Amino acid sequence: MAASRMKLELSRVVQGNTRLGLLKEMGRMGQHSLDIPGCLLYTHLGTVPHLTQDTLHTLSSLPAVTQVTLSNMAEHQDVLEEFKGGFKKFAGLHDTVLYCSLHDPAAQCPTGHTTNKTVSVWGSGGRIELTVAKFMALQKTAQPDWYQSMADGETWQASASRKRVRKSVDRTLAHLDECLMVHQKSQELDGVGVFGVVEGGDILEERLRSARETAKRPVAGFCLDGFQTGAMDQVLRSQLISAVTKELPEDKPRLLQGVGRPDEVLACVEAGVDLFEGFFPFQATERGCALCFSFDITPDPESAAPDEEQRTAGETQPNRDLNCVDQTHMTSFEMNLKDKRYQDDFRPLVEGCGCYCCRNHQRAYVHHLLVTNELLAGVLLMIHNTSHYHGFFRAIRAALASDKMDLLRRRVLGNGKK
Amino acid sequence: MAATINSEADGNIKESSMSFKKALTAVQPLSLRIVAECPVTKARACDLTLPHCTVSTPVFMPVGTQGTLKGITVDQLEVLGCQICLGNTYHLGMRPGPELIEKANGLHGFMNWKRNLLTDSGGFQMVSLVELSEVTEEGVKFKSPYDGKEILLSPEKSISIQNSLGSDIMMQLDDVVSSTVRGPRVEEAMHRSIRWLDRCIAANKHPDRQNLFAIIQGGLDAELRKACLDEMTQRDVPGFAIGGLSGGEEKDDFWRMVTLSTDHLPREKPRYLMGVGYAVDLVVCVALGCDMFDCVFPTRTARFGSALVPWGSLQVKQKQFAKDFQPIDPDCQCPTCKRHSRAYLHALFKSDTAAMHHVTIHNIAYQLTLMRSVRQSIVEGRFPEFIRTFMKRLFPSRDQYPSWAVEALASVNVTLE
Repeated sequence: MAASRMKLELSRVVQGNTRLGLLKEMGRMGQHSLDIPGCLLYTHLGTVPHLTQDTLHTLSSLPAVTQVTLSNMAEHQDVLEEFKGGFKKFAGLHDTVLYCSLHDPAAQCPTGHTTNKTVSVWGSGGRIELTVAKFMALQKTAQPDWYQSMADGETWQASASRKRVRKSVDRTLAHLDECLMVHQKSQELDGVGVFGVVEGGDILEERLRSARETAKRPVAGFCLDGFQTGAMDQVLRSQLISAVTKELPEDKPRLLQGVGRPDEVLACVEAGVDLFEGFFPFQATERGCALCFSFDITPDPESAAPDEEQRTAGETQPNRDLNCVDQTHMTSFEMNLKDKRYQDDFRPLVEGCGCYCCRNHQRAYVHHLLVTNELLAGVLLMIHNTSHYHGFFRAIRAALASDKMDLLRRRVLGNGKK
Repeated sequence: MAATINSEADGNIKESSMSFKKALTAVQPLSLRIVAECPVTKARACDLTLPHCTVSTPVFMPVGTQGTLKGITVDQLEVLGCQICLGNTYHLGMRPGPELIEKANGLHGFMNWKRNLLTDSGGFQMVSLVELSEVTEEGVKFKSPYDGKEILLSPEKSISIQNSLGSDIMMQLDDVVSSTVRGPRVEEAMHRSIRWLDRCIAANKHPDRQNLFAIIQGGLDAELRKACLDEMTQRDVPGFAIGGLSGGEEKDDFWRMVTLSTDHLPREKPRYLMGVGYAVDLVVCVALGCDMFDCVFPTRTARFGSALVPWGSLQVKQKQFAKDFQPIDPDCQCPTCKRHSRAYLHALFKSDTAAMHHVTIHNIAYQLTLMRSVRQSIVEGRFPEFIRTFMKRLFPSRDQYPSWAVEALASVNVTLE
């Protein structure tokens, strides 16, 4: 049996699509739970970028699920085999659910390397070609709690033809069947959840076929692939996701890959997505930016801090091009701390933020660390950005619970101003 | 530092004798209590009380060049037990500049470090980093690497910047000559350093809260060192540094200059040996009577994957550690060793900069733990025994002991079997 013991308890469904709930009894011992809509903890080989356990644990209420990618892990297969204790123990991760995805959502994956029988991942030493046998051998040694099934996801380019999209759906289903076959025969993977991958590019009928067929298999949840920022505009993305999620069983989580921008996250939550990959804070960190968008939906108008919004709107350079493929570009949700204007700004990154960085340091200091290329800049920004982003997900759940999604959307988008 | 030429130097020289007297009467923001002295060697354990907290010596001071210790938060540094760290005047004076740091309530406020800070004079970087520098009686002239403007770092300017930084210990501007240079230039530099010391003392705006240390120069010439010691110890400065060493000179010359200096430095004042941080050098120079040390080596080498251990060092990035599931040092109590294996760190070096932070944490922990053990053994009257055990652990056999260390230790009555 491939499905794990994990249970999804929905407390609210808004407008037929948007779901508020709790993933319960996750992990091998069933001791973990995760609120949805929620976000996974993004890592490089089990480490949140730039952070050690000390700096990571300055953050309160970290998500119960940590994501690691096969692209990071595959090159260490022989090491993990010799280690025998599984990846969590290898990486010094205690007390978390481990989810293993195929690719790194923050890294561009070169295309043109998938075949009928293989997919390729790119590690530090270059390309590693995976067959189902090799893929499953990796899962057996890594022993995650959930993993994404092997998939052909090369359909996100605008040029992908209908034929190519159909092939990707077929291949992905075939990979899933093969993975499940191996999975069910592997004692090591007993209780581990397989996430089936829904492909289909921007073609509705292929999306529906992929969703329906995947839903027939004994999977624990679903990955929605090929929707990443840059692949399509939000209107089409929302339409396709709404259509796809209607085909999926209500009691299993839906994880959207490659989408992290706050405006897109909100739209995708409304289309029926439960889980997101937490790579957006990392991308902001790498461009020297601090997330500063407002998500305060408390009823008291004074604490809604209109000044803060004004300031934020004025200080950032909006980049609302939904078709922007280059994810390294700054968005309107962040402030560029490399900017000279912060040189003598002795305020915290975000007023009222309770993260370690904002409690202890000022914009001027982080600016200095960035212009002098100091490693601590990445550490402090990653702490703040992770804290801010996970706070945003808490706000989404609070908004869903109290019918305030409209207000939240206005806040996040800067009071409805463009 | 601001790109303006400082021409106040002459005026300050004239004023210096008056300010010198003023400094004499002021209460120094430093006190040294000798907790224990080794009955065999010249080693001592002291409590050095500075404005931000008391430092237990012998102490190793990690270097946080640009107002940050490479990738480590101030909280992490505090948890490791660090009581004093360094900032570099040259770097901080350039970026973000003394005016901004002053606005941020000094370097303490800017980096949010609640314990002590020591700043150097900026002179060493000028000589080592900047190509076009010219030393005159006025100061060190150099071209800014950022905008090409000519800048003069005078003793007054150096102290002015360090006053803005607000460090607990400031260093005088000295005329630095490479320790491998011999001849009249060394003598000139020694005499100039004495004159500059007087100018620095006169320039210190905060003698009540910022300590100014003199730097003993004189190259590798015992006569010159002795002359410098005689002159400088006549000044009522709160502490002394031994400078101009650990710049590539022969170790035989190095230790002799160190021991000559400690022989003539006053017992009741702290002695800081600049630029020393290798474990053997630390242990030997504690035996020769030094209290304070700094070096970028432990943190720099960490970023290249070199972890310090009681038996030397371990290159985590080397293939031999890919499947080594032990911690860096099974006996080490640092956060890195408690959680991570050599194999994981080896793998992580390929994926994330956090790998560097892990080894940096370990190396700082190693240095600070070593110095705490040294101190403990001095307090308990078993330092000579500690040295023997330490050497045995560090070197596989007796014939691998560096001869300079054996000689230096013999000079303070410690024979290694």
